[in-house]
Amino acid sequence: MEKMITAYTYFGDGKVVVNKQLIFYQEKIATFAEFIKALYKQEQISYPKFYKMDSLSKLGFMCSELLLRHEKPGRFKPGSLAVVLANSSSSLETDLIYQDSIRNRSAYFPSPSVFVYTLANIVIGEICIRHSLKGENAFLVSEKFNPRQLLDHVSDLLDNNRAGACLCGWVEILGNSFRAMVALVEKENEQAPKTNFGSMPFNEASLNELMNLTEKSIWKN
Amino acid sequence: MKTVYTISENIISSLGFTARENAESLAAGITGIKLHNELNLSAQPVPLSLVDTDRLEQNFDTILHKYRKDHKPGFYTRLEKMLILSVADALAGTSVRPGDEKVLLVLSTTKGNIDLLEDRFTAKFDHKRIYLWAVANILRDFFGFINMPLIISNACISGVLALIAASRLLRTGKYETALVTGGDIATEFVISGFQSFQALSSEPCKPFDLHRSGLSLGEGCGTIVLSSAAGEDPNNGILVMGGSVSNDANHISGPSRTGEELSMAINAAISESGTVNRDIDYISAHGTATPYNDEMESKAISLSEMNDVPVNSYKGYWGHTLGASGLMESAALILCMRTGRIFKSAGFETPGVSERINVVSKTIQKPPNTCLKIASGFGGCNAALVFQKT
Repeated sequence: MEKMITAYTYFGDGKVVVNKQLIFYQEKIATFAEFIKALYKQEQISYPKFYKMDSLSKLGFMCSELLLRHEKPGRFKPGSLAVVLANSSSSLETDLIYQDSIRNRSAYFPSPSVFVYTLANIVIGEICIRHSLKGENAFLVSEKFNPRQLLDHVSDLLDNNRAGACLCGWVEILGNSFRAMVALVEKENEQAPKTNFGSMPFNEASLNELMNLTEKSIWKN
Repeated sequence: MKTVYTISENIISSLGFTARENAESLAAGITGIKLHNELNLSAQPVPLSLVDTDRLEQNFDTILHKYRKDHKPGFYTRLEKMLILSVADALAGTSVRPGDEKVLLVLSTTKGNIDLLEDRFTAKFDHKRIYLWAVANILRDFFGFINMPLIISNACISGVLALIAASRLLRTGKYETALVTGGDIATEFVISGFQSFQALSSEPCKPFDLHRSGLSLGEGCGTIVLSSAAGEDPNNGILVMGGSVSNDANHISGPSRTGEELSMAINAAISESGTVNRDIDYISAHGTATPYNDEMESKAISLSEMNDVPVNSYKGYWGHTLGASGLMESAALILCMRTGRIFKSAGFETPGVSERINVVSKTIQKPPNTCLKIASGFGGCNAALVFQKT
């Protein structure tokens, strides 16, 4: 059965695009924290745990939130929606914060609430908690966006019915430089709602196109 | 479906630099966890399982001389030295050529070269070495792998997930051989983090025991070579079968209250293997010796109706080695299958979990044929993988 991208979110260069629609734009980003907070407010999301998350989790959480919030509850059976994410710098953003807290033995403040985020896959855990996803998950690391590795892992999940659908993509943040693209991939079926962008075949070309939306400018204002 | 053979394995730990050396200590019931008083790691003495540094340097010099005479040992980090030794030992005695286009390198690590964030190392190494992909690139260049390495960083299930991901890729026929290696080192970063959680035991950890009081940390590497090529099978038919991953969707730093999600992964892995739960005759558990983890695993094992199956944890020998643990423990499981015994679970005396499970208190001299490896980690992740002897 054909595997299709039926929805996506893209974060990059101050822009947030959901299914071809530019929903948020900050021309000058002072900090990631301000950017993501402004987006959270604009989209009227209410999830108190958001404020406890580290930057990587906030980024991945917002990607999945914008993708899934309009889905009918129950469209994905328990355990059937997998999450496979990748990035380049793993949890380095929070690693640096944690390392600073232990740099000085006379001012030593290791915090469990920071330490727990020094693992790349915690962002997947946060998304799973938010949407009660109990299926397959994996966090991959590659120097640059590597659509082939994502495609291989996710295709195996769908082709072998380990999952009915998958959130898959790239969530990268280091300092105030960030880029994310998360796609909802599913097997072609009648239940998949028609989004305003239609759908794209799940392949390397589609993933590359979605990762480079800024250059392609295919969204509508 | 293509058959996936395990053709070679290595373990580097406090107990030795080869799988065989480690097996000797496991058989003798010797733990590698000792009280260490190293100021670079912790202000207070803490029980740890550490790789012997003098032997690491000596062994690495030998390997460097063989592969890369042009490089100085100081070019490599502690983790890279351990991983290179582990991969070199696993490759020795196989006919696998890293330069072959059908060979894939898979790296499992949670923290990579995290020690490079310490002030004492920042001037010594290029800042890019902190990235996990930089570690994989060092391995690729050292051995001459052609393909882009696959890197898995999924907390404490990284090693088992790396084996699952690799075996799935081999079944598609995309690759014929996968060198799956995992490593993590003991650092102040990790030790202070687990201390901040008050998760560390003041004595060598006691998985599944009534008096367990937390985990012990360790460092090490494990490598398992997988192959779908017929004729590449010195392990005499020890196969990697079905594998599955699940998420608790409950808490980022605490396991499921019910064990239901790990049980789901266990059942899916067994079902994919074409076998049934009552055929499993050995479970290598995650067994970190924290109150919650061991309790959750006992519930999952019970939910999957495997209460009588012998269960052990290797954490009492090597401590928790994070991204290496899944590979070191799976290698130990393969040793059990090959040498016809099930090692006792070090540190276990009195049952201390709410479900009745069969923790191995004395090494069993009986070959297990269908075995299960399980792991769980922060982020709510669980993994299960079946091994079977043909």
